Order: sequence, then C-alpha cells, then structure tokens
Amino acid sequence: MSTTTEQLADLSATTLLRFATAGSVDDGKSTLVGRLLHDSKSVLTDQLEAVEHASRNRGQEAPDLALLTDGLRAEREQGITIDVAYRYFATPRRRFILADTPGHVQYTRNMVTGASTADLAVVLVDARNGVIEQTRRHAAVAALLRVPHVVLAVNKMDLVDYAEPVFAKIAEEFTAYASDLGVPEITAIPISALAGDNVVEPSANMDWYGGPTVLEHLETVPVSHDLTSCHARLPVQVVIRPQTAEHPDYRGYAGQIAAGTFRVGESVTVLPSGRTSKVSGIDLLGTSVDVAWTPQSVTLLLEDDIDISRGDLIVPSGDAPATSQDVEATVCHVADQPLVVGQRVLLKHTTRTVKAIVKEIPSRLTLDDLSQHPEPGRLVANDIGRVKVRTAEPIALDDYADSRRTGSFLLIDPSDGTTLAAGMAGEAFGGKPQAVHAEESAQATDDDGWDF
Amino acid sequence: MTTVAPTTGEATDSPYALSHLDALESEAVHIFREVAGEFERPVILFSGGKDSIVMLHLALKAFAPAPVPFTLLHVDTGHNFPEVLEYRDRVVAEHGLRLHVASVQEYIDRGALKERPDGTRNPLQTVPLTEKIQAERFDAVFGGGRRDEEKARAKERVFSLRDEFSQWDPRRQRPELWQLYNGRHAPGEHVRVFPLSNWTELDVWQYIAREGIELPQIYFAHERDVFKRSGMWLTAGEWGGPKEGETVEKRLVRYRTVGDMSCTGAVDSDATTLDAVITEIAASRLTERGATRADDKMSEAAMEDRKREGYF
Repeated sequence: MSTTTEQLADLSATTLLRFATAGSVDDGKSTLVGRLLHDSKSVLTDQLEAVEHASRNRGQEAPDLALLTDGLRAEREQGITIDVAYRYFATPRRRFILADTPGHVQYTRNMVTGASTADLAVVLVDARNGVIEQTRRHAAVAALLRVPHVVLAVNKMDLVDYAEPVFAKIAEEFTAYASDLGVPEITAIPISALAGDNVVEPSANMDWYGGPTVLEHLETVPVSHDLTSCHARLPVQVVIRPQTAEHPDYRGYAGQIAAGTFRVGESVTVLPSGRTSKVSGIDLLGTSVDVAWTPQSVTLLLEDDIDISRGDLIVPSGDAPATSQDVEATVCHVADQPLVVGQRVLLKHTTRTVKAIVKEIPSRLTLDDLSQHPEPGRLVANDIGRVKVRTAEPIALDDYADSRRTGSFLLIDPSDGTTLAAGMAGEAFGGKPQAVHAEESAQATDDDGWDF
Repeated sequence: MTTVAPTTGEATDSPYALSHLDALESEAVHIFREVAGEFERPVILFSGGKDSIVMLHLALKAFAPAPVPFTLLHVDTGHNFPEVLEYRDRVVAEHGLRLHVASVQEYIDRGALKERPDGTRNPLQTVPLTEKIQAERFDAVFGGGRRDEEKARAKERVFSLRDEFSQWDPRRQRPELWQLYNGRHAPGEHVRVFPLSNWTELDVWQYIAREGIELPQIYFAHERDVFKRSGMWLTAGEWGGPKEGETVEKRLVRYRTVGDMSCTGAVDSDATTLDAVITEIAASRLTERGATRADDKMSEAAMEDRKREGYF
C-alpha cells in the first residue's frame, strides 16, 4: 500500500461523524459493528491474533469476534457488554467515532449516553420480526435526544429471501412512527450484516434497492447544518488574564461555542448579569479571526472591561434566552439510587453548576408506547420522566429542541458527586403531541434488576 | 491551518464543517479549560512521548497568551531513553513549567519496590505515581491515553473518577453525557482526565505534522544497537540487556511509543520524516502497542488490571 503526501493531506481534511448504534441482543449489532470495523480495515493483525488466541484458550474453534469489542474482564467472563464503548474507524472520506451501546436490559441510559453526542443513530431490526417494542424504544430515545439523522438498518434480509415487500413494510411502519416523534431524517437500508449485503458493498441480492449502503450513507450524511439561523451561545469556561509585560491588559473569555456563530463587532449580552458590550476580537487558539462558529474553542475579547466569570453565558444582544429559576424538563435517570420529589441536587448546565431542588415529578414516560404514568413520585435507573426543578440562582437555559448543548443539563448528587440524571429542557418530542395515557404498562421497567 | 473564511472542499459538506483534526483539537481544548475551571491542583502526566507532547501543545494553545495553569509530572522508571529525558528537560525549561518527578529507581534503592525477575519496570510505576498524587494532593491528573489503544481503554471516560487508592472501577463509571463532564470528587479522590480519548494514533501524527511539533529523535528512523527478545527489538543498555544468548546488532529502527527501555520495542523503519512516519502508520497492520509493548502482552486483561490498580 502506498500513500502519497497528497493523499495524507486529504486525510486530515476529512470530517468527523459521531454515531451510535442501537439494537437488541440478537439483532446482529456486533456483526454489523464488526463488519464496519473489519471492512474498513480498522481491525489490525495483532488485535485479530489476540482474539484468535483468547478464543482458542477457551476451546472455541472459530475466533469469537465479540471479543474484539468486549474489553473488560467481566464482559468476557459473562459474555455480555456492560457499558458504552467508543470505537474508531476511518475511510478516505471521513473519520468515525462509534458509540457502541449494549443492547441488553440496561439499554435506556446507555443509549441516551451514546445518543447525546451522536449526529446519527443506527437502529437495527431483524427483518423476520419487524418493528418491535424495542425498536420503538430506540426510535423514541433518538427522537428525545434529537439525533439529527436516524438510519433504520433492516438486518437479516438473507433470512427473508431478500424480499422487497418485507423491507418496504418495516421501513414504512418505522418511518411513520419516527416521523411522528419528530425525527427529522430517516434512511432505511435493507442489509445482511452476516453476508455483507449493503453494509460496505452494494448487495447483488437486492437489485430492487437503489439507495446507499450503510457505509456510503455514513460517509455522505451532512454533519453540520446551517448555523446562521442558530442562536449563538458561548458559555465562559475560564477568563484568560496573562498579566505579563507582553500582555498587561489582555482579558479574554475562553470557551467552546455551543451554538451558532460570533463575529467581531457584534453586540453581545452577558447572562445572567445582562451587561452588554461588543466583540472586539476573537482568538481561535492563537490565530485572530473575524468569525467563529460551533464547535470551535475560542477566546472572545470585548470592548468593555465588564465583570464576567466562569459559568456566564455570552449571547448576541437581542437573541438572549430567558433566565429562570424554574426548569421544566425531560430527564433520563442514569444512577442506581432513585431521584425523588424534594431531593436536593446540583444542576450542571454548560459551565455553571447551581444548587437545585426537585419540586415535582409530574410523569414518567413509558417508551414502549409513549404513555405517561402520572406522579410516579420517584424515578429509578433507566426511567425517563418529566421533572420540575427550582434552582438557587437563575440559569439561562435554551430549549433542547433549539440547542442540544445549551438545552441540556445534569443533575448531580451533592453528597457523593454521582451523576443522577440527564436533562433536556422544554418539550420532550419534536413531532405531534403524544396522547397521554394513565396506563401502567411500564411495570416491568421498575422491577428488572439492572443495577450493575 | 484554520482561516477566517469557512473551510471549503469536497470532503466537507457545509461551509461550517470542521476538519476532523480541528474538531478533535477543539474538543481537547474544551476539556483542558474545564479542568482549569473546576479543579484546584491539576497536573499533566508528561513522559516526553508523543501523546503527552501533543497534550502539552494543546494546553499551551488553550490558555495562550497566558501560561499553562498546570504543572507536569513524570514517572521516571530509571530506564528511560536519554534522548527523551533531554527533550523533557528542554521543553520544561523553554515554557517555564514546573516538573514533578516520581522515581521508580528511588523506590527500588530504598527497598520500597522490588525489581521484577524479568527486569520490566513499567508495572512498577503505579506505586510511585499514586503516592505522588496523594502526596501532592493532585485532584485532576491528565493522561494521554486514547481509547483506540486498547479495548479496556475503549471503555474509559474522559473524566474518570479514581478512589483514594487511585483505583479504577469500570463498573462504577459515571455515564458521560453531551460535553458535560462531572468532575465532582471527595477529598482524597481524584479524576483522571483524557483529552485525547477520541484521537487515534494516526490523528496524533497528523496533528503533529500539521502543527509542526518537535518530537524526540527516537521517533524517527536511526541506527541503533538492538537485540531481539520476545520478538521485539530492544535497546542494549545498562538496564539489563542483552543477556546471554541475545546478540546485539546495528539496525535502522524507530520507536512508535516511548516508555521504559526494558519493555518498549523498536520497529524496523526507514521513516526519517513526519510524512514518512505517517505513511508507515497508515499502512501498518499492527497497533502501536501490539507492535512495541511487552507489558500489554502479559495477559488478556493486562491493561485493565493495571488500570484498576491506578496505572494510567
């Protein structure tokens, strides 16, 4: 293999796509992940040898490719995947970060974790079973987390004779369901991860399918949308004040632009104080620029010397979010200890952490049918529910629908620092309002022992 | 590098798309700044290896024109490459940084650690490292670990809580959501922070090339006296090689990782420039650790076990 300097320059100009996979235990998720890694030549010889060696040691004849991804001792011992793992692979067109989320009972918090940073989610279904409860749950989590692109991978097409009507029916049902939830873009692809149909190579067995393979779609899906319409937000991480002979008066507000764009000359407001100034300069890690956008890490310089510290939010004047001490949000509970009404917590929003109290838990959502269980009183691991939280200080929170970065927060247990819940401000789903049922079909979600 | 005008080109799909290196750089800088904002006594583990060199470069950019608000810590095994120690001291002086050193040799000399029969000192680093962390009350410890290195590391969080014994419990990790890193810890506990979590070996090399970062010369092909042990080319020297039956020969080699001389192997290479190294890495069918680290081959879970004990 020869690589020229020119090709290498191309390599560094590629973009990065973060995506998550979701699938039930037997949907073939490991096979799909294995094939993407293998066919993009991201599994190296020594890794394969290690897997072959380990497989032989436990008396298996063929190498167990699950050992490639199950990294922990306990996972290998039990043959299960405990936790989200991150995998990396690349093609000449793009670099990929894959959040590999386990498909067993512990699904919700793991998929929420994986989906929180994903630009795209791959939801796997078994062509023989079609859209099942678990599929709807995965679609609901993707919609809740506002993952911009969802791929429905209808797997095991080889087991249904590569029949188009089977695929069409599943694709139609899923698309209708996910669109109702507000998933903006859905791409359905018929595949066989085992046989390799439409994963990396187009399938010779499904000439009725004219769309992209999974990899082709991953390589070409847009990773950022038009930022000019976004509300610009810069949470201040640190104030940079060298106070050296060379820079006696330098005072910069460093942070990663959470949304939108900032320009030199723009009028800005600092929240929560409400003080205003103008952007006099933008440092992009040592280079002076006129405009910067998300997710660049920058340092903003302002015309006026005003009081700004970590936790403040710099926004364009005239486009400021409301500040409030009352937060209403959907949360996914991620800890083993429950969240209860009256509990004192810390709320971490962007770079600001404030004291807060859980005032109400109006409902718990059942992901299977999106019904709402009213006033559950508490949320336990993997529950998704609505909460009302009162904060000790005002915070400038956007709707999660407008900004995944400034509309999200964590609830933290102040006693031991445990991350309790992942919060998304505003309405839960982007689509049509869902019917509210008082059914208790979610009993099982409470009682399954998934405390790891 | 980055320009005022939005990036264009076939590989990008929007005027606001960042190249993958720009995206990784921005994310790493965000992580450095979060630690500066939330912790009292952070320290960067600095070995003079390429990952820690990239970390230092990112930290310099993150706080410019102010100095890096962190000190450095090197765990010196006593078997380090002289070229790397020279590089370490030069960089520390150049940027006016403060360097802490935890010395394995000192522990051995006063009998607090015993030399292993195989002469490998890498696993011996854990005790001096964790005791130094406790003694200096470091509350955030930056490591250059990448998730692509090893499958136990693929499970590692960016902010990884360690108990008062510096232990890692993979089953009790905090879920990491969005870019909201939770660094809360009790007194005595600390957080290991991995700003390069999402980088691959190739990303690191491409970034070094793009930024023009200087590296210790052992990363480039040079003639060296080496001998073969367990299938790897090791540097002959006072640390304990060659033994009887091992023959020294002069070969054209380079290192993919730097570490303790007793367990870090060289690879045959004629790559004398960054471009040549990148070409070589892009074509390699071996991971860097698989190719050059004896300590990871000790058992199937060697890395996980050492990490549990407090290794980085």
